[in-house]
Amino acid sequence: MSLRSPLGRARGLGSAKDGVHHFWVQRLSALALIPLSLWLVFSLAQLSGSGFGPVAWWVSAPPVAVTLVLFIAAAFYHSSLGLQVVIEDYVASEGRKLALLVLVKFSHLLLATGAIFAVLKVALT
Amino acid sequence: MSKPTASRPLSPFMIGPYYRPQLTSMLSITHRATGVALSLGTLLLAGWLMALAAGPQTFDAYAVHVGAWYGQLLLIGWSWALLYHLCNGIRHLFWDAGYGLEIKTAYASGYAVVALSALLTAACWGLAYAL
Repeated sequence: MSLRSPLGRARGLGSAKDGVHHFWVQRLSALALIPLSLWLVFSLAQLSGSGFGPVAWWVSAPPVAVTLVLFIAAAFYHSSLGLQVVIEDYVASEGRKLALLVLVKFSHLLLATGAIFAVLKVALT
Repeated sequence: MSKPTASRPLSPFMIGPYYRPQLTSMLSITHRATGVALSLGTLLLAGWLMALAAGPQTFDAYAVHVGAWYGQLLLIGWSWALLYHLCNGIRHLFWDAGYGLEIKTAYASGYAVVALSALLTAACWGLAYAL
């Protein structure tokens, strides 16, 4: 049995060791999104006004499909990390905070999966 | 373990009565606002891809709204929000690495972000309407 106070013990242990994980992956996904976003915005600008045919043809090119999937993964990951911080900052009620966090995480996973599946479906058929 | 008894405010909102707005704080809150807006905007991008996968009919129905004035307005807003968040995000990455934190530099990079995001948005739409 230790005579140390719980606070003293916690101080000795430091953080839970994954303290900077959120910070790090937020920056890592941000870095990936710099070239991916510029590519997407200017590709979409060039595609503007195109009908189904040209857009489907564009998506089905392997380099485009792969880059689109990478963008979707990075963007939805970055978005869910960002919204998580906003919710943690502004929603004080623990219950509502938890509910919103679950909603944000699940909806991001659902939409990212749907969008990636859509790209693969167009690219592979 | 005892639960915190006082209901403490999280991230108190300082701008307004306590803190005079400046370029730096306005750009900071705009970064967060554009981030939240982009989360919703990505939903529309996912919808566009799903409409494409659903076939020409669904895609055309989606394209009618994209081409309408409100769709174009939304897209202009989305492209600016994305390019602003991107430019200001690079500014944040430099800060995270410990560079550009002097007040003078923070203002200079702030003005650069405003100008560059506007310029890139204009270039993007120039390209869209020129083609």
